[in-house]
This record gives sequence, C-alpha cells and structure tokens, in this order.
Amino acid sequence: MTPLLSVKGITKRYGAHIGCADVSFDLYPGEVMGIVGESGSGKSTLLNCMAGHLVPDAGQVVFDTRVAGPTDTVTMSEPERRMLSRTDWAFVHQHARDGLRMGVSAGGNVGERLMAVGERHYGDIRGKAADWLERVEIDAGRIDDRPTTFSGGMQQRLQIARNLVTGPRLVFMDEPTGGLDVSVQARLLDLVRGLVRDMGLSAIIVTHDLAVVRLLADRLMVMKSGHVIEAGLTDQVLDDPQHAYSQLLVSSVLQV
Amino acid sequence: MTDQAYNFAYLDEQTKRMIRRAILKGLAIPGYQVPFASREMPMPYGWGTGGVQVSAAVLTPDDTFKVIDQGADDTTNAVSIRTFFERTAGVATTTATADASVIQTRHRIPEDQLSEEQILVYQVPIPEPLRFLEPRESETRKMHSLEEYGLMHVKLYEDISCHGHIATSYAYPVRVEGRYVMDPSPIPKFDNPKMADMAAIQLFGAGREQRIYALPPYTKVVSLDFEDHPFEASKADHPCGMCGAEDSYLDELIVDDTGGRMFVCSDTDYCEARQAAGHKGKDAA
Repeated sequence: MTPLLSVKGITKRYGAHIGCADVSFDLYPGEVMGIVGESGSGKSTLLNCMAGHLVPDAGQVVFDTRVAGPTDTVTMSEPERRMLSRTDWAFVHQHARDGLRMGVSAGGNVGERLMAVGERHYGDIRGKAADWLERVEIDAGRIDDRPTTFSGGMQQRLQIARNLVTGPRLVFMDEPTGGLDVSVQARLLDLVRGLVRDMGLSAIIVTHDLAVVRLLADRLMVMKSGHVIEAGLTDQVLDDPQHAYSQLLVSSVLQV
Repeated sequence: MTDQAYNFAYLDEQTKRMIRRAILKGLAIPGYQVPFASREMPMPYGWGTGGVQVSAAVLTPDDTFKVIDQGADDTTNAVSIRTFFERTAGVATTTATADASVIQTRHRIPEDQLSEEQILVYQVPIPEPLRFLEPRESETRKMHSLEEYGLMHVKLYEDISCHGHIATSYAYPVRVEGRYVMDPSPIPKFDNPKMADMAAIQLFGAGREQRIYALPPYTKVVSLDFEDHPFEASKADHPCGMCGAEDSYLDELIVDDTGGRMFVCSDTDYCEARQAAGHKGKDAA
C-alpha cells in the first residue's frame, strides 16, 4: 500500500536553534498519528513544515496526490501546494480565530472553500453549509450568525466543518482541544473521532494532552528538543514507555 | 491662458513618462494593478489625485477635456479639476460627452456611447477589490497572481444571506478577460455592463494607493455573480423628472419636507441634451 504521506528527514532550524531535526515517518490512508511533547519540543514546527506553512531546511514531504501520485510537496510549485491545501488537506488551528473569518457568517465560513474550488451556485453552497453545521452539531438556524457570537467550543466545531466541507483526505490538527473546558473537549473529541471514522480521514494531531491521543490516535510519536525520541502504537507507548522522557511524560498526567 | 510657471498639464515630463509607462503596462495586462510613484498634487487625496495624474499624462494640447463628478459637470470637484487643466494645460474644455477626447470621471460612466477616439479616466479611491476581505496586501497580491478569487464570492454570498439578493450596488467586482478581478471604482453597478466591449480606452488612477490599471478597447468584462443569483444592473424604477428618459441612471432628490421627491438623470449632459431636443419629464418647469 502506498503511504498517503511520507515524511523523510524533515529538518528546520531557526538560526543556530533546532526547530525539529531529521523526522521521518509514513502515514497510511485512514490512519491517525499523534505527536506529543512538551512546549517547545518542535511539534508545531514539524506540523507547519508538513502543511506547507514553513519551508523545511532539509527533507521531503511526499503526498500521494490524486492526479500525479506521490509528489514532494516541498518542491512542488506554490499554486499546486495552495490548491492541495484547499482540497485534499485541511488545517485545524488551535485557536479557532486563526482558522475562521470572524467577520463572515458561519455559512460563509463553511462555503469559502467550496467557492475557492469553483462552486458558483448559491443554493448548493448554502445547502452544503447547513448540512455540515448539522454534522458538527451546530443548529442550522445559526447559519447567518457570525462566529463572534459563538462559544469557544462551537467556534472550534465550525472550524472543523469549514475544513472538512471539501472532503479532504488529510487533516492537520494543532492542539484542537486547547483552551476548551473538559466537557466541551470530550464532545469535540467524540465528534472528531466519529468524522475520522466515517470519512476515512487520515490525520496528524499535535497535542500535549495525552488523553487526546489515547482516544484518537492509532500511532504516536514523542518529541523532545526537536527530535523524535519514541514512536509506536499509542497504547504501547502510553502503557509501556521505554524512553526516560516518555516515562516522565506519562507519569506526569494527573489522576483524578 | 496657460500658467507659464508650470510645465504643460502641471506635471514635469519625467513624471508623465513614468505614468505613461505604468499606463502602457496596465493596458498590456488588463485589470492588473500597476504600482506607480504617485505625486503630491495641489489638491487633497480623495479629490481625484490619481485621475488627475493619469489625465495629465495622456493630455495633448489638441485635446478637449471633460470632467464629471457623479455624472454632473457642475459640481465642485468637476469644476475645480476642469479649471485646473484649463490653467495648467490650456486645453479646450467641454461639457458635451460627444465633443470630449479625454473624460475624467468620478462614480459614473456617461450615458452616451463612447467612441474609439476617446479616453475615459476614472478616479479610484481603493483599487484593491479584496481589501475588505483580506487586509494583508502581501496576501491579496498573491491571490491575484494565483487567481484565487473564491473570497470575492464569499462577499456576494454574505450579501445574499443578509439581504436576500446581492446588495452590493456600487464598486461591484468584475472579472477582466477571465483573469484579473478588478474594482471598477465606485460606479453604480448599473454602469458595469458599459465597461464591457467599450470602444474607448479606460484608465483607472488611484493616487493615494499609488496604483494604475486599465482596460484596452473592446475588453471582456464580466460582473461576478452566482448561477442562481445572476448579476442585475439596477436603477431607480422611474423615468427622469426633467427629460423623461427611462434608460438612464437616476439621482433621487428630496424637494420639500413633506416627503416630496423627484428623480433626475445623474448625467447632466445627457439630460440637458434631451431637454434641448424637446423631451420633457413630468417635473419639468
């Protein structure tokens, strides 16, 4: 089977400082990969390099495109990469405000990606937007309200709807549950898990919350100081951590 | 009566050359915003400094110049710019659309059809159609270069979801030759269809924003819309009160404090010509 995303030796430096160093892994269709680590361990840098927001200093990010098969997205032309990021890729930001247009109604936010890929029928766009609001458990009656009137959890769900409306195959998530209270987190995780299973999505989830990866991720990478120090099946890594830092990380989780 | 202290048409020759170069580039790439080194003009920004510089660059001593502001030849802005070029260039001026070779305009396109002998110069306040959707200029330039115009439809979508129809009534975005999305300056959308396939050269000057763009003659200009909400060139549903014209863009005037109002052509030259030819509206004295 061809991996959907194949990351080879990604390195990003900020001057003398290492962002992430020599990271390689394969992600297969339908698989969810978790990346955990403490703040400053390079997990967001790695995610941004893969999603094309940052240019890595070395390495390849090979994506299995629909048209041309496996292609290195680092060296592909910018129009192609931007096209990918509005069709086959989705990016869920930690803060919904970064991923939404706050001055545009919920329906407009969901419809933007459809219009960006050439949809020009108002009724169809609105119908799809309403459908997606329902799927992320937002009342369709709020379709014309601006995200500023939404709660934090609703904004995050709206951001997910906006990203998934074009049926992407790969979703990058940067701390999707950060800043939400635990009950809202639980609902969001439930929702994301359902969508990932239903749509057969592949996802890469960056988080420092081990509970999130326990619920969502099939596989796990633990990062520290820009390096991957441990990788494996989620349950395996969390139940039997081998590296001293992974052991520290797992034992740091507060038990209620 | 040229004021001899100034070069012909106020600007020095090097400046005019620089502006002409921008105009030629704009004509070569229809709808593309060409940056140019806009000069301080002896009038405030917002009064048409961009249009004045473009007019100064294209005027020749043999030209006949006309200025319209909201369709009218007799408003402050039109009168002062017309006088400005009378003094600094000594060109002939006119209020008759057909007699003019260069027409500088703010907010309107004349009702009369323009010919290949004419140049229409627009004053543009904000040349970037995506400005209020995406505030970063670096990003909007990238969107133009990569033809990423989905965002423009988000604005129209918002219009329909708020008002039930596309409520944008002026500065209505257009696609030029299937490539660049362009702000047609704040002309009413009634005038949008006139820009398409026009025989005259159309030049757009934005002084404060330092941009020039252009439409060569007979350019394809399409107003953006949705398949199920097509573009509609709207106007007040009345005939002109003075000349009775049913096909011209109208201004609404409040004439007393009991709710009385009348509609008159915003194009004063068109209205006067019709009245002179014997047409009469219901409010004509």
